[in-house]
Amino acid sequence: MNSRIAFVAFNTFREAVRDRVLYNLIAFAVLISAAAILVGEISIDVERLVVVNLGLTAVSLFGVVIAIFIGIGLVSKEIEKKTLYTVLSRPVRRWEFVIGKFVGLTGTLIVNTFFMAIGVFLALFYVAHRLQRSDLAVLTALFFIVLEFLIVVALALFFSSFSTPLMSAVFTFALFVIGNLADDLRGFARITSGFAGIVASVLAFLVPNFSSFNVINQAAHGDAVPERLILYNTLYALLYSAMAISGAVLIFQRRNLK
Amino acid sequence: MAAIEILGLQKTYMIGFWRRRPKTALRPLELTVEEGEVFGFLGPNGAGKTTTLKLLMGLVSPTSGTARILGMELGDARVPAQIGFLPEQPYFYDHLTGRELLTYYAQLSGVPEKERSSRVNTILARMGLEGSADMQLRKFSKGMLQRVGLAQAILHNPKVVFLDEPMSGLDPMGRREVRELIQELRSQGKTVFFSTHILSDAEALCDRVAVIHQGQLKGVGAVADLTSRSTGTVEIIFCATHVPQALKAICSETRVTGEMVNAVISQQQQETVLDVLRRERIQLISLTQVRSSLEEFYAAQVRPKSSGAGVGA
Repeated sequence: MNSRIAFVAFNTFREAVRDRVLYNLIAFAVLISAAAILVGEISIDVERLVVVNLGLTAVSLFGVVIAIFIGIGLVSKEIEKKTLYTVLSRPVRRWEFVIGKFVGLTGTLIVNTFFMAIGVFLALFYVAHRLQRSDLAVLTALFFIVLEFLIVVALALFFSSFSTPLMSAVFTFALFVIGNLADDLRGFARITSGFAGIVASVLAFLVPNFSSFNVINQAAHGDAVPERLILYNTLYALLYSAMAISGAVLIFQRRNLK
Repeated sequence: MAAIEILGLQKTYMIGFWRRRPKTALRPLELTVEEGEVFGFLGPNGAGKTTTLKLLMGLVSPTSGTARILGMELGDARVPAQIGFLPEQPYFYDHLTGRELLTYYAQLSGVPEKERSSRVNTILARMGLEGSADMQLRKFSKGMLQRVGLAQAILHNPKVVFLDEPMSGLDPMGRREVRELIQELRSQGKTVFFSTHILSDAEALCDRVAVIHQGQLKGVGAVADLTSRSTGTVEIIFCATHVPQALKAICSETRVTGEMVNAVISQQQQETVLDVLRRERIQLISLTQVRSSLEEFYAAQVRPKSSGAGVGA
């Protein structure tokens, strides 16, 4: 990696850590421990299902909230606080800065997810007293959640490159919700004709298809995720986030820092 | 070679949401700063000083025109390594300590890893920040932050240093330290381009100054020339308890202090006044030609309906 991108990324990661972003791990730890103890007491044979479902949903939601709320401020906060002036007057290109910020926040989210994943597996071990081969599906689900984060951070960066932080948060969250319903949108596009059909088709392909990243239920049942889907989702997430970041860079390159 | 050549740089912003209309922040600016010069960019608030600096730093793009720094066009990837910049009222990452911030900037400026630590330590010592180097910037006072700002601007040993209002908000000691630093940079052969509205600082430090007002360059001149020009008046001090009747019509700005009279007369009236003093046996204490000050030059440029540039570049 370009060293300047690495320096910006590390500074972004350090800022997130010092701003106590990782404190969400405490809330997650409390939640997953309480869930494990509770389901261990009351349920019969569904402990695994409940722990995986609850754990992975929490990993996803905690991460998405961080991705949106820090993502929208990655560049706009630097412009507002004018910290950018002393960075961009150095041999740092604007695209390097944007990519560095993106890498820094996704790195923070990966570290966050790593610790949460440990929590999920500890809870699984607590309720099932052992780990089994089918638990590997949980790892795939976690990998898909991280891919989701890449897209959400890229979208937050894209929107924040031309709109206010509040509007950027609204746009990104709206796309996250619509993206989780992308399969339904595609189904609707297939059965609709005329202008509405065209609009639905365009929308269905424009919004990020988060529904294909959601394999939490399969993981909870211990079903293996097809390798094709892993490959497809990985390529899709990389391509989609690369496009959103490119858009953010193009807009940011032309922006006057008043 | 010229350190900075500004060639018709102009900036117009579009303002308003529904009815967009242009607002000129900087009219076409032509200015040259030679290598090794300390150049003062003077003007009231909102004159276009910061806009000019942001254009030179590539933070805003010009509507038209261009500039060259050390012979390289704006946007040339080699330029940023050769320049240092202190923005007005600088903000820094307050989650970092002074040492971490300077190390980060050294990394971004391409200071080799082997030299980074020693360079940061040297600059911290030079700015008197060794004692607070490992404290987070959120605990720094305004004066300390300004010192950090100056440190980051010269950390990578740039050839041209741009300072936007470096003395603003500083106490007298802080201002003195900045003045000493600028003099030190001059002695190292660096070019310093700084904007200010504190004229005494500009007069004490600058080789040349330019005055900008309402986005337009009003005048450029060497400080030595501007402050050595005769105003055509003479200050006279003599021993008396009152102004003699014969001089009342000639003298202006008269001030009587005890047994001493201080007055200003035009140079043409000098002999007449001396004759009166001789005739009335009044002791002359001093007779000094009044030189123009930078303040007068500045005021002449920014005064409403003032005419053109003062002196040539």
